[in-house]
Amino acid sequence: MAEKKVSILVVDDEESVRDSLYNWFIDDGYDVECAENAKQALIMLEARDFDIILADIKMPGMDGMEMHRRIKTLNKEPIFIIMTAFASVDTAVQALKNGAYDYVTKPFDPDDLSHLIRNAASHITLREENKSLKERITTLEDVDDLIGESEGMKQVLREVESVAQSNSSVIITGESGTGKELIARAIHSNSPRKYFPLITVHCGALTESLLESELFGHEKGAFTGATFNRKGRFEMADGGTIFLDEIGTISPKMQIELLRVLETRTFVRVGGNKEITSDFRVICATNRDLKSMVKNGIFREDLYYRLNVVNIRIPPLRERVEDIPLLVNHFIRKYCKSMSRDLISVEPAALNHLQKLEYPGNVRELENMIERAIVIGNGKEIKLRDLPMGREVMSSSIESLDDLEKKHIASMLDKYNWNISRASKALNVDRATLYNKIKKYDLKKSDR
Amino acid sequence: MVSCGHFEKSVIDKISHDLLLFFGFPLAVKECSLDLGSFYNPTRRQYDANMILKAISELTSPDAIKTIGLMRVDIYIPILTYIFGQSILNGSAGIVSLYRLRNELYGLEQDNNLLTERFRKVIVHELGHAFGLIHCHNPSCIMRSSTYVEDLDQKNLDFCFKCKTELDRRLSAYRT
Repeated sequence: MAEKKVSILVVDDEESVRDSLYNWFIDDGYDVECAENAKQALIMLEARDFDIILADIKMPGMDGMEMHRRIKTLNKEPIFIIMTAFASVDTAVQALKNGAYDYVTKPFDPDDLSHLIRNAASHITLREENKSLKERITTLEDVDDLIGESEGMKQVLREVESVAQSNSSVIITGESGTGKELIARAIHSNSPRKYFPLITVHCGALTESLLESELFGHEKGAFTGATFNRKGRFEMADGGTIFLDEIGTISPKMQIELLRVLETRTFVRVGGNKEITSDFRVICATNRDLKSMVKNGIFREDLYYRLNVVNIRIPPLRERVEDIPLLVNHFIRKYCKSMSRDLISVEPAALNHLQKLEYPGNVRELENMIERAIVIGNGKEIKLRDLPMGREVMSSSIESLDDLEKKHIASMLDKYNWNISRASKALNVDRATLYNKIKKYDLKKSDR
Repeated sequence: MVSCGHFEKSVIDKISHDLLLFFGFPLAVKECSLDLGSFYNPTRRQYDANMILKAISELTSPDAIKTIGLMRVDIYIPILTYIFGQSILNGSAGIVSLYRLRNELYGLEQDNNLLTERFRKVIVHELGHAFGLIHCHNPSCIMRSSTYVEDLDQKNLDFCFKCKTELDRRLSAYRT
């Protein structure tokens, strides 16, 4: 693959400076463009990205500092280098404080300029590598979250392994909180596309028009607020995988659009007319029953069959109770590490309680419980009282009204050595009532 | 080649040999008719290379493939403190100066042979740009960027294999 050229934008109101720098950088093989003022530079930045911007600090109209501030609002991160005359070194220092990479005073020593640009180019490479490694680490950590020894989970993992190497579309079904996104990540991370991006779109969180712009991108001026060109998620996923979460929520219009893109792998940005091609794999997830949605005419049948080449169903947590201790230990390790705490254990009563719960929120609910328990606990052991409903469980086993009454009557009988008259007097009830209570609670002298 | 100032015949002969060897074209020498004083910047006490280059381009004769101007004065471009030479990528002209190549400027003993060799290297380098070559990362290649005379001394008066191949490809267009 050809090495990507480092791109440089030179911004200076003096034509001779622009031409000199242009010729200098072109000779070095850089991709160079020039702008004669900040306004023109900002327009150019909306149309394309530059790795390095070399801007004069003093320009008529908007100065270099203001331009730098505006670039930051465009959500772009070029290396910004200020060019200045000796008289404005103080301003250049201020620019550095505001995040400029470096400054050079005009005229520069040719060697200084070469070094500066080479260092900036290395900085860009390191930044890109860092970003990519961080993404890979996150992905690997996420894949580590796939915990389970139950037959249900083993089956899911076997399916992930076999489907990862193919290019087929996958639908992941499962209740909320079962880990559908984790499975999508696992498929992507084990696929030949793993060095390209995994792009996630939460379809349910977006309105139809927002989803359209999110998926296909938009051109500047396509709608109110579209102040610059933006790549869509399909474009970003080129070479990689797109994960469409909550696919069951998309509108009939978007279903048609999606079907067309899946068939042709081409699309047009909102407000644009240029056809864009992207090579991506599709993984979808839903907690709805798509098949019955197809039967009821809510979801397009052709789209369903295009997406549903492979179907992976993740069992709810209540169907794999045997995985709970493993998951609990995993989440303890995860959160103790992120909170920089020593590893803690779980008291048997707490673990027993955790295995009896229903978990409508599935693994996510269990994870939240463990995180909460670590935060509020004593730092040594997760106790029953640290769990939601745990305190109530503790109370219900020893402190119901009947329990209290039984306990109190037994202690008074014990105190008066089972003398019924004295005990009933102390309890302020008549003898018959006390006899009835003794019978009700089956109290015997040997009870104590 | 347009010479602005006097250059010894032995130097011109060597340059002529280089150009024929590397580019395959004969050299025609022309005396410079320009008044360099009009390119002098009294504040910097240097000569504006961009303006000279523009003027040299206009002196190009119709049968010349490329024109290179030879100077003895200190040349600069507005953003840099000095330059050894300047040309336009894929352009018709370039200029080269001896001024900063002299050992004496750096407090070293005069060495005319070394000076001539440096001068020849800068001329071939600038003509390389004029024929469309960009800077090369090979430390011994003539197309490697040189900002100090030490850099010039380190590289060979020759193209690396990659630049040579690219140059031949570009020269073939002129020959046809």
